[in-house]
Formats: sequence, C-alpha cells, structure tokens
Amino acid sequence: MAKISLENWSEKIRDPEIECMSREEMKALQSEKLVKQVKNVYENVAFYRKKMDEAGVKPEDIRSIDDIGKLPFTTKEDLRENYPFGLLAVPQSKIARVQGTSGTTGKLTLASYTEKDVDVWGECVARALTMAGLTEEDKLHVCYGYGLFTGGMGLDLGARALGCMSIPMSSGNTQRQLMCMEDFGATAFACTPSYAMYLAEAAKEAGVVERLQLKAGINGAEPWTDEMRHQIEDTLNVNCFDIYGLCEITGPGVACDCIHHKGLHVYEDHFFPEVLNPVDHTPCAEGETGELVFTTLSKEGMPLIRYRTKDLTSIEYGKCECGRTLPRIQKFTGRTDDMKVIRGVNVFPTQVEAALLSIGEGVAPHYMMVVDRENNLDVLTVMVEVDEKYFSDEIRKLEALKKKIELALKQALGVAVKVKLCEPKSIQRSEGKAKRVIDNRNL
Amino acid sequence: MSYTINQLSVFLENKEGRLDSVLKTLGAGDVNIVALSLADSSEYGMLRMIVSEPEKGVMVLKEAGYMAMLTEVIALRVPHAAGSLSKAMHAIMETGVNIEYMYAFANGEDASAVLKCNDAEKAAEALRKSGFDLYEADEAYHKVVI
Ligand SMILES: [Zn+2]
Repeated sequence: MAKISLENWSEKIRDPEIECMSREEMKALQSEKLVKQVKNVYENVAFYRKKMDEAGVKPEDIRSIDDIGKLPFTTKEDLRENYPFGLLAVPQSKIARVQGTSGTTGKLTLASYTEKDVDVWGECVARALTMAGLTEEDKLHVCYGYGLFTGGMGLDLGARALGCMSIPMSSGNTQRQLMCMEDFGATAFACTPSYAMYLAEAAKEAGVVERLQLKAGINGAEPWTDEMRHQIEDTLNVNCFDIYGLCEITGPGVACDCIHHKGLHVYEDHFFPEVLNPVDHTPCAEGETGELVFTTLSKEGMPLIRYRTKDLTSIEYGKCECGRTLPRIQKFTGRTDDMKVIRGVNVFPTQVEAALLSIGEGVAPHYMMVVDRENNLDVLTVMVEVDEKYFSDEIRKLEALKKKIELALKQALGVAVKVKLCEPKSIQRSEGKAKRVIDNRNL
Repeated sequence: MSYTINQLSVFLENKEGRLDSVLKTLGAGDVNIVALSLADSSEYGMLRMIVSEPEKGVMVLKEAGYMAMLTEVIALRVPHAAGSLSKAMHAIMETGVNIEYMYAFANGEDASAVLKCNDAEKAAEALRKSGFDLYEADEAYHKVVI
C-alpha cells in the first residue's frame, strides 16, 4: 500500500445524509438541537442559568441557530472555576468517562462524557478515518498518548466505530513503534505531526519504509504546515490528514481534512462553529480570520455553549470537491495565547515554519523560537538545525545561509530575527505537542 | 596519481565539550588525526582535519549525530626557504583558482600547509608544475598522529 494520487482517489463518505446535507436542512437540524440544548442547560446547569439570567436571555428567546449570538460565552476560566464537575448537565452517575488536558497553569481541564457522548465522539472520528480512506479492513497504529489526554482514546473509539483494527501503542519508544508497525502490518498511523516527522526520519534511517504497509497518516493536535505534510507523505509514501479537536468539545474528531486539503470539515451537526472577531466578538465574514467558538449541540455530560477555543481560523461554507457540504475551517494561524507579541508585532510559530521551508529544500523544519528582552527591547532568536543538503565547511557560506534565513524570516514576520545555526538533532523533539517557543521575558 | 586529498570537516556549536567529544568519538573509532584546524564564528565552529581514514571518520561522526562531510583539499610540503609559501600561493592564483582557506601544520622537519581551493585539481597541477611537493593521499593520512 502506498500514497494515492488525487486522480486515483475514490472518496468514501461515512454518513452522506449528514455530511452532504444542504445548508437549509443543516440549519434546521442545528436549530432544533440548539433550542433543546439551551433549554437543557438552563434547567440543569446552575452556571448557565446564572449567566443567561445575567445576560437577560431566556431559553424561549432562542428559536433558531440564528439566535445563537444572544447567548453568553463560556471560557476556559469558567471550566477551571467549575472544576471538576460543576458544569455537568446530568448526575455524575451518568458519566461514563472523563478526559482532560493539563494546562500550563497546572490545573487540569476536565471534560465528562455520557455513554452517548462517547458514541458520538467515536462516530465523528470514524467519519474522519473514512475521509482518510480507511475501512474496516484497515489496521490503525495509534501513537497518540492514552490516558486522560484525548488523542489515544479518541482514535481508538473511532477505529472501534469504523470496525477496523486498533493498535494501541501510545507514545514513545520509536524503535518499538517501528517494529510493531512492520510486524502487525499497520495500514494507517495516528500521532502528532511533529512526532510523525520524527517517526518518518527514524523509519528512513532504519531503512524500514519499504517494509511498512502504511497508506495514511492521521496527524493532528498541533499546528503544521503543508510543507511538513508533504515531507511526511513523501518520506513514508502515505497520504496524511489533519484531524482537529479539543477535549472540552470532544477530543480529536471535531474536524478533519479531506484529500483536497482545502480546510478541515467540521462535524457541525454536533459542534456548531462560529468565527468571531477577537476584539469585539462580532461574527467574521466568510473567509475572514477570527477566534473559533464552538457550541456542542449533542453533548449530554458537559454541554458547552459558545466556548471560546482561542484558536484563530477562518471558515468556508462552499461545497467541497469531495462532495461534502460540511463547512471547512482553515489551518490555524495560531492560538490567541501561542501568539507572541514581539515589538508590537504578532508572531506565530506557523509563520516561522512556513518561512523556513520556503527558502529551499535545504532547511530542515526543526527550529525553536526564543524570545528574550535585552535592554527593554524584544529579541527573537530562531535556532535552526543545519542540514546535510546545504552544509558547507566554509564559514562564509554558512554565514550567507544564516543571512538568507534571517531575511526570509524578517520578510515573513515583519520583525528582525537573529538566526542561530545548530547541530543536527540538537533541538529537542517532542512526542506530544511540539514546543516551538521559549519566552524568557517574564511578561 | 591524485594529489588531492579528503579533509574531514565537522560543524560544531560553541558549547563546552563539543570539540573534546569529537576527538573522543574519532579516537574510539580508531581514526587518527594528522592535522587539525578550528575556525569559528561567534556562535559555531568548523573543525577541519586530515585523518587516517576520512570515510570512516565521517561515518563514526554521523553515527554520533554530528554534521560531518569530506572536502577535497591539497596538502603541500613547504620548503624551508623564505617566501616559499607565498610563491606557492602565487602559483595557484595565477591560474585563476581561488584559495578559500588554508592552515599550516608542522611535521617533524617539514612544514606543511593544507589548502582549500575552488578547483583542487587545477591548483595541484599548477603547484606541481612550479616544482612544489604535494602529499599523496596515503602519505598525508598516515603522516603523524596527534
Ligand atoms: Zn472535502
């Protein structure tokens, strides 16, 4: 098995009725679900009743999905204040499982799922796996972490719903991952894009690529570029797909991209997306970038109303070439909190990545941004690993390369950047979310 | 007979212990160093070496995670006469070949210089025509052990 070209691709759609529904029908379905959900949270969650009362909104005011703007927002801070079970709409005895993420502040963000919530989650991931070309014949090697983190469990639930074999490897121990991949004949693998890069490199070095039977990679949970995707696809001879999710909403499976890679299709029958202006929270026009906000239309355990994801994206509603009418969110330009303000300019790691790759095949995508403050001035240093393809033993040529990277970064970011060339593999690889920025400014 | 030889070049970050670690890695691989030069910028350095087995040197260093490569250079025996190195450089430059860098090493009675030119073959030919003595690969790689 191997990578399939677009011409030879045959699209499979798990739930055509939903995934190809007309916009009118979808709005009617969403309206019906929203009205029910708002009534449910008003009656069963003290937090929402209080918020709605304060905002002067009654459940009766919400008659269709177009009324969603009347509802107050929910934030991560609200989740933290109501940790762990304060936002449940059902008794704890109805909760089948919990999943969570550890935040930088130390406290967990916990999400609770009823049996039905778990089923919906699995179904959404199964839709995504189908979109990636998987069927019940496939074997999915999952190297996302299992545990409270939603990655491993989410893909596992998806494999179960689809009826394919799940290989629950969890993260770490790359040599063992490759051995099992080969021995069990995995046809697809799921992990973060940065780990996929690492895995691809390791497979190439070990010379096992030819012996693997992979055809697809399901890689998400952190921002990545098309260049990174191409590199993984070319090294492992697979098609890679971007899966998105966040544990508060459900975990992976909120959205996934299709073979056309024109954005990630959102499963809007369960997760209603809004893209709002980050400053005044008014709706953005189609294609305009803003903060992604979700309302869980089907959730029973811990429904979220207008949850602010802090992810920046834009949304497109046109029918996709794959046949789906599900709207597509674009690759994230960053997170409102990953964004670094350097000398007044907003800088995102994804911009650095795109710039590094654009200056030529020579530059490996491994880099780290370090922000310091020297004499009250922000200084951005980008550490870049030197790569065999352009390595020279002449300092003059290396200095020229450094200048070239500095120029490309300055043009892409709009702020001066210092480049530091580093030895290969000296920048830490991560097996979970890649850490691309170190901020030493103590802001 | 070829008068160009392979130099082993290694990229080094300016971090404590990196040079020592390269030397140890080569030592453990039984690769002996004949000549060595370290050029550096403020952030990184370039270690250039003539070693007993250049290909093996690249292999053991790459395995240890270093960025290492082979570069074609010429090794010149510098006669004990005033101005002879200058004469050698002129002989090269007259052919239009550029010298990118050079370093000298002493070797018992002899003084020697390693030269990196943009056209090693042409530079070697010019030097030979002008009567200079160049090391052949086998001779250079096994000259003296540091
Ligand atoms: Zn599509």
